[in-house]
Amino acid sequence: MIPNDIRITPELVAEHGLKPDEYQRILDLIGREPTLTELGIFSAMWNEHCSYKSSKKWLRTLPTTGPRVICGPGENAGVVDIGDGQAIIFKMESHNHPSYIEPHEGAATGVGGILRDVFTMGARPIAALNALRFGEPDHPRTRHIVSGVVAGIGGYGNSFGVPTIGGEVNFDPSYNGNCLVNAFAAGLADTDKIFYSEAKGVGLPLVYLGSKTGRDGIHGATMASAEFGEDSEEKRPTVQIGDPFSEKLLLEACLELMASGAVIAIQDMGAAGLTCSAVEMGAKGGLGVELDLDKVPCREEGMTAYEMMLSESQERMLMVLDPAREKDAEAIFVKWGLDFAVVGKTTDDLRFRVSRHGDIMADLPIKELGDQAPEYDRPFVKTAKPKQLAPADVAAPNDLGEVLTKILALPDMCSRRWIWEQYDHLIQGNTAIGPGGDAAVIRVENGPKGLAFSLDVTPRYCAADPVEGGKQAVAECWRNLTAVGAEPLAVTDNLNFGNPEKPEIMGQFVGCIEGIGEACRALDFPVVSGNVSLYNETNGKGILPTPAIGAVGLLPDYEKRATIAFKAENEALIVIGETKGHLGQSIYLRDIVGKRDDASAPPPVDLDLERRNGDFVREEIRAGNLTAVHDISDGGLLVAAAEMAMAGGIGVNLKPQGDLPLHCWAFGEDQARYLVTLAEAEADAFIARAEKAGISAARIGTTGGHELTLDGSIPISLTGMKEAHEGWLPAYMAAGAEL
Amino acid sequence: MKSGVVVFPGSNRERDMLRALDEITGTRPVPIWHAETELPDLDLVVLCGGFSYGDYLRTGAIAARGRIMPAIAKAADKGVRVLGICNGFQILCEAGLLPGVLMRNAGLKFVCKEVKLEVANADTDFTRKYKQGEVWRCPVAHGDGNYFTDAETLKRLEGENRVGLRYAEGTNPNGSLNDIAGILNERGNVFGMMPHPENMIEPLNGATDGRALFESVLEAVA
Repeated sequence: MIPNDIRITPELVAEHGLKPDEYQRILDLIGREPTLTELGIFSAMWNEHCSYKSSKKWLRTLPTTGPRVICGPGENAGVVDIGDGQAIIFKMESHNHPSYIEPHEGAATGVGGILRDVFTMGARPIAALNALRFGEPDHPRTRHIVSGVVAGIGGYGNSFGVPTIGGEVNFDPSYNGNCLVNAFAAGLADTDKIFYSEAKGVGLPLVYLGSKTGRDGIHGATMASAEFGEDSEEKRPTVQIGDPFSEKLLLEACLELMASGAVIAIQDMGAAGLTCSAVEMGAKGGLGVELDLDKVPCREEGMTAYEMMLSESQERMLMVLDPAREKDAEAIFVKWGLDFAVVGKTTDDLRFRVSRHGDIMADLPIKELGDQAPEYDRPFVKTAKPKQLAPADVAAPNDLGEVLTKILALPDMCSRRWIWEQYDHLIQGNTAIGPGGDAAVIRVENGPKGLAFSLDVTPRYCAADPVEGGKQAVAECWRNLTAVGAEPLAVTDNLNFGNPEKPEIMGQFVGCIEGIGEACRALDFPVVSGNVSLYNETNGKGILPTPAIGAVGLLPDYEKRATIAFKAENEALIVIGETKGHLGQSIYLRDIVGKRDDASAPPPVDLDLERRNGDFVREEIRAGNLTAVHDISDGGLLVAAAEMAMAGGIGVNLKPQGDLPLHCWAFGEDQARYLVTLAEAEADAFIARAEKAGISAARIGTTGGHELTLDGSIPISLTGMKEAHEGWLPAYMAAGAEL
Repeated sequence: MKSGVVVFPGSNRERDMLRALDEITGTRPVPIWHAETELPDLDLVVLCGGFSYGDYLRTGAIAARGRIMPAIAKAADKGVRVLGICNGFQILCEAGLLPGVLMRNAGLKFVCKEVKLEVANADTDFTRKYKQGEVWRCPVAHGDGNYFTDAETLKRLEGENRVGLRYAEGTNPNGSLNDIAGILNERGNVFGMMPHPENMIEPLNGATDGRALFESVLEAVA
C-alpha cells in the first residue's frame, strides 16, 4: 500500500493528469505539499471532465433561461415546467472513452449514470435515448463496438425499466479509435417535489446509499480527460461495471424516501465518486464536510482512503438527511436491500476533511476545490469559411432510382431497427411514437399531454462550418419536435470534440458553441443541462466535431400528433419550404459522388425561416389537417418521401417542380423543409393558407400504388427500397458473427 | 374481480399491469410485496414482467424461491387463477407451477417487437373471449423466451390442449418449441405467456387486442 504521506514527485503529478502550473496552483492554495489522497482529490476535481476548465468560458455564452426553465445547468439535470404542476427533468451525458475500451459495460454505465442524474432530482425516468458514433464499418473493431454498446445500453435500460425510444447513429473513420456514446434520459416530477444537491444545515448526517464501494473505475474521469494512445487496451480496469438491478432498487428506494420528506439534499456519485459528490454538496451549500471512510460500505477489504475517494463504483448516492427521520429512512433502504450508512456530517468550517482509521487523510478548503479549479482561455483558430458549391459542379447520376436505393442502404442512412429492437421501447405503456420517426413521443401518465424527444447533430456539417453546423443541429432538433406536433421547450447538449489544446480543435468548439447559442436564442430554446467531452482523439487524430443536441417538446394533447407514414392512397404530397438544391456536404456528394473530405459549405440555416415554417406546420398538425409529416434532412427530399412511403406501405408518384437539375431537387439538403400529406380535396385550401402566411408550399406528388415513381417513370418498388433500407445493418452485423 | 400483482425486487412492468387491470376489470388491483407470506383473498394473482433479482442466475430462479411463492402455490392448488407474464412466466416454470423452461432467445439478443399470436385453445379461462384460431397483435420484450421442454411433456401439453397461444405467421421471436407463446397447467387455472397483453389495451398502443385476455379471466371468475 502506498503511504498517504508519500513524497509528491513531478512524475506522480503528471500521472494524475495535472500540469506543472496546475500543481503549483495547489501548492499556493494549501500552502504545503498535498498528501497522496489530496493529490487524488485535486486530480478528480480539476480534470477536464469535472471542472470544464477549457469550455467554461464558452458555455457561459449559451442562453440558459426562459419562462419555463425551473433549473438550468449546474445541477444533476435541467428542469423545465410543462404545466399542471409537472416538470420534465433531463440531461445527456457522454461515456465515450469507457465505451471504446469495454463497449458493453462502458455503454451500460453511461445509461446508469444519466438515469441516476434524473432520479436524483426526484423524477421517475420515462424516456431514454442515445446518440452513437462508430468507426467506419470496415474497421476491424467497429462491429465489436456496435454489438457491445447496443447490448450494454439495452441490457441496462431494459432491466431498469425505462423505454429506450430513439436516438441516432453515424459511422465515420474519425471515430475508428474513439467511439461516441451519448446517453440521454428524461424523468417526470412534480414541480414542488424537486430535489437539489445543495447541502443545508450544520451538523447534519451525511448518508451513503446504494451499492458498496469497490476498486472499479478509479481515475475514470481522469481517463476521460486524456487522449488514447496504443495502450488504451490496458485501461480496462478503470471502466466501471453496471448493475441495473441495484439501480432499479435505488430508484424505488430514493423516490420512496423523497416522498417521506426525510431528504434535505441529494447527489449521485458519478464521475470521481465520493469526492465529487461530497465536495459539490458542501460547496454549494457554503458548508464544510467531514467524511469517516471507515463507515463507507466496501466491496473488498483493505481499501485505502485514496482508492475510496476515487472509486467510481456505480449505483451509489449521497444524501443529507433530516436527523429526526434517519430511522424511517434506514427502514426504507433495508426494505429494498440496499446499503445505508452515515458516513459523515456537515460542518461550518468550509473544510473538506477525510479520515481513515482515525487519521486525517485529507484536509482541504472545500470552496476552492470547486471554485478555484483552473480555467483556460485556450487559443483558437477559426475554421476557414468553406466555399459554396454550384449545382453545376456536381455530377448527375445515370440512374436516379439506383442512387436512391443505394442511399437508403448506406450505413448512415439505413434503418436502425436492428438496434432498437434490442431496446424495450414499450415498457411503461406510454409510448405514442417509438423509434424510427422524426421524434419519439411519450404520453404523460393519464394524458392528455405528451412529450416529444429528439437527438441530433450532423458532424460533417460541423466539420465544414462549425457555426452553421451548430445552428443546424439545434434547428434540426427543433424541426423534429415540430414535425410530430410538439412545441419545442428546451435542449441539453453533449459537446464531443478532440484535444482543446490544439487551436484548430478549439476553433471548432468555439464555432459550434456560437452556432448553438445563436440558434437557441433565435428559437427560444434554452440549454438547461449538458456535458462536454474533450480529448476524443486517438494517436493525434481528432473526431469530427460532434455537438449532439437533445431536445424536448410538449404536446398539449398527445392524440394530435403526426407521424411520417403515408396513411392513404390518393393524398396530396406537399413540400413546405423552398428547395434550392444545396448539395454541399450532402449525403449525395459524400457517398454517391464520393467526395468525403470535400471543403464545400453545408446548407445555410435561416433561423427566422425555420421558425415561420415550423410554426405553420405545427398549427396545421394541431388543427388536424395533416395526415403525415416528415422533416427533410440527410439525403434530401427524395429520401424523405421514400421513408414516408416505406413506413406507410404506400407508394407515391412525384412531380418535380421548378427548373433545378433533377438530382439537385431530389438530393439537396436545404433546411427548414417538411413533407406533408393531406386529403386531395383539402390540398388547394392548404396551399392557399400557406401562401397567405408567406410560407413556401408546393404540390409535388400524390400517394398511391406500390412504387415510388417520378412523373410516372423510373419506378422503384417499395419492396426493393425496404429490402435495401432494412437489410444493411443486420447483414453487416451477421457477417461479423461468421468471422 | 379482485386481482393482485406480485412485486419482486427488479420487477419493472408492475405499473403497466396494475393500470391494465384497473382499467379493464374496473376494480383497483393490489400490489403484493414479495416478502409477504400470505395472499389476500383474490380471484387472480399476476406475476408481472421484469428482471427479478436482476435475473443474474437463471431468469426467474431466485424469485421462484421467494417468500411469497408457497402462498401462490397454495392459492393455485385451491383453483385461484394465476397469470405469469414474461418474467412471471419464467418464475412459474422455475417454481414448478408450469412445466418446461425458457431459454435464451435463439437469436441470442433481447427482442422488443410486435408479433402475431394465434389462439391455439379458446376454451380456457385466459382465452375464452377470443375465437379459436383467432390471430391477434401483441408486443414481446424479452431476452429469454425460448420455450423448451422434453418430448414427453411436449406431447402431453399438445395432447391435453394446454398450449393456449402460439406465435403465428412466422413471427416466433425466440425459437420456442412448436411456436409456443403461452401454456396452461393441468388444471387450467395457471397460465404463463411471454408476450405483453398489458401493453396492447388502448389505441395509444396501436391496437386493443390484449384486452380480451383480461376480459376472459373476468368472465371466468364472474
